[in-house]
Amino acid sequence: MKKGRFGAYGGQYVPEIVMPALEELEAAYAKYKEDPDFQKEFNYYLNEYAGRPTRLYYAEQLTKHYGRAKIYLKREDLLHTGAHKINNALGQALLAKRMGKKRIVAETGAGQHGVASATVAALFGMECHVFMGALDVERQKLNVFRMKLLGAKVIPVSSGTGTLKDATSEAIRYWATNIEDTHYIIGSAVGPHPYPTIVRDFQKVIGEEIRSQMAEKGLGKPDYLLACVGGGSNAIGTFYEFRNDKDVKKIGIEAGGRGSAPVDNAKTLSGSGEPGVLHGAYSYLLQDDDGQVIEAYSISAGLDYPGVGPEHSYFKDEGIVQYDSVTDAEALAAFQRLSETEGIIPALESSHALAYLEKLMPETKPEETVVVCLSGRGDKDVAMVAKTLGEEIE
Amino acid sequence: MSTRLEAKMEALRQAGRKALFIYITAGATGLEETIEAVRGAEAAGADVIELGLPFSDPMADGPVIQASSVSALKHGMTTAKEIELVKKLRTFTDIPLIGMGYINTMLHYGFEKYAQDFQAAGLDGFIVPDVPHEESADMRAACEKAGLHYAEFITPGTTEKRMEKTCEKATGFIYCVSNNGVTGVKKIDYSVIGKVCEKAKKLTKTPLAVGFGIGSPEAAVAAAEHADAVICGSAVVSRLLEGKKDEAFALIHSMREALDAAYGKE
Repeated sequence: MKKGRFGAYGGQYVPEIVMPALEELEAAYAKYKEDPDFQKEFNYYLNEYAGRPTRLYYAEQLTKHYGRAKIYLKREDLLHTGAHKINNALGQALLAKRMGKKRIVAETGAGQHGVASATVAALFGMECHVFMGALDVERQKLNVFRMKLLGAKVIPVSSGTGTLKDATSEAIRYWATNIEDTHYIIGSAVGPHPYPTIVRDFQKVIGEEIRSQMAEKGLGKPDYLLACVGGGSNAIGTFYEFRNDKDVKKIGIEAGGRGSAPVDNAKTLSGSGEPGVLHGAYSYLLQDDDGQVIEAYSISAGLDYPGVGPEHSYFKDEGIVQYDSVTDAEALAAFQRLSETEGIIPALESSHALAYLEKLMPETKPEETVVVCLSGRGDKDVAMVAKTLGEEIE
Repeated sequence: MSTRLEAKMEALRQAGRKALFIYITAGATGLEETIEAVRGAEAAGADVIELGLPFSDPMADGPVIQASSVSALKHGMTTAKEIELVKKLRTFTDIPLIGMGYINTMLHYGFEKYAQDFQAAGLDGFIVPDVPHEESADMRAACEKAGLHYAEFITPGTTEKRMEKTCEKATGFIYCVSNNGVTGVKKIDYSVIGKVCEKAKKLTKTPLAVGFGIGSPEAAVAAAEHADAVICGSAVVSRLLEGKKDEAFALIHSMREALDAAYGKE
């Protein structure tokens, strides 16, 4: 395999200006990856600050609802800031600190990764700039204010289509302009090498914990692993540990949105995506006949990305992970179902993985186990869901 | 046999003059407007036209070129129309034409066919700003096969070791990025890239063109000091987008005059 590639996918499609910074990051990561002091510090913050390990919770009521395999939820939603994003943000901020960087730049869609980045920047005393689509700034006022409270500067991006992909391009442009003292914390397992590898390594603790927690419960390996896929960071974190376990069926769930036309969903791997280059990596991509990138759509602001992490493209082609999708309506139903059966309000992103249970559970047997990565909590989505359901809230 | 670009650069070198590259986004305000812009730019003193090929996510570009790309796509620009545009330009001019586009549109069309179709239409080479040397092999090979130039990049941060690799493969010209960042007019200390140019000159005879930030005759003169050419984009594109064609041509003309005054017209 070529350097920085997962099969044919990945690479470093960035302006020459950015190359010295990627080389610096690659060298620093190679060094600290093997450094016991770095790993010790990372684990300290993961455990003491973020709240790891997260529970592997037996969802008894949901299991009863389906009457088939036992369902377990990997509770990433219980982490500080409310999602798995903090795992990566902590790791990268510690890396940035050791590289002597004074400033963090990040992109964000709904604001979860922006909040995680602002949080770690506050913790480690670094300056933080978060680029966010102008439309998203308007829609996610609460998260914008959270970031401000944490001391970050939120910069609305109105170029292009004013959404996550444009915020990502703008974060890269800012990074290119301030490369000497700035580290870019990319929010998902996407971007140029070495980002997809770094993000995966900082998220793979999810799958490692699932394996050991299953063993502690005397359950052996799970039969099924489910995780939602936007850029794919919680999914790669869940699946990576089990990549060689053929007896563990791994399914990544994309956003089926409101229809089958490419502009109506974010089915990069499970729909009409074709390999292409966006934000530094060669990977499956939603694009038109002329190679122009198509704006993806989902009810979930964390899943409406037209690209996907390159390792997922590799996993798809190799048949290591299967990719499927559920619609907005199915995700919304799952959001309500988990709230009502288990008393847990899931993020709309995670609700996509939960919605797939409708399709999967009838095929399962009572002696089997299904683990769903509950990547985030749903508080941030309550207003959006209320609006969709036609409820008036303030 | 030398290419249109090589012949032009050699003629300028012998005359002791600096080359002026002008960037124009293909179809930003419609195809006919682009044709008139190229005609006007050449008449005002441009030596080479860098034809911007619009992409939905132009990572290396600042706000002006981004806006022109969005506008071009809204005007329905496609790769097929860009090729038609080159053919139309070739009906009235021999000015070297270099396409600047992003890798995904080339990849999607197929590198070899892309290079061949543009070459057949009359293009002279490509600049691909989201591809560093490491990832350039396939597109460069397609360009070589089609007889097109493929521009390499050097920047203030390019190490000498890296420069050896990029200069070795360079033909046509090397794009010297003046500062860390993206395209767009701003105040820049051109002595930084000037020093890098001096290092590059020891490694290659390929002409050096400095770009990014150049928006005035003074900046053009400063940027040209250690190079063979300067590239002006956003300052011209913003005027064209606003429908101020005459101002755009006047700017090109003033850059031409300033460069010739500073570096001598035989």
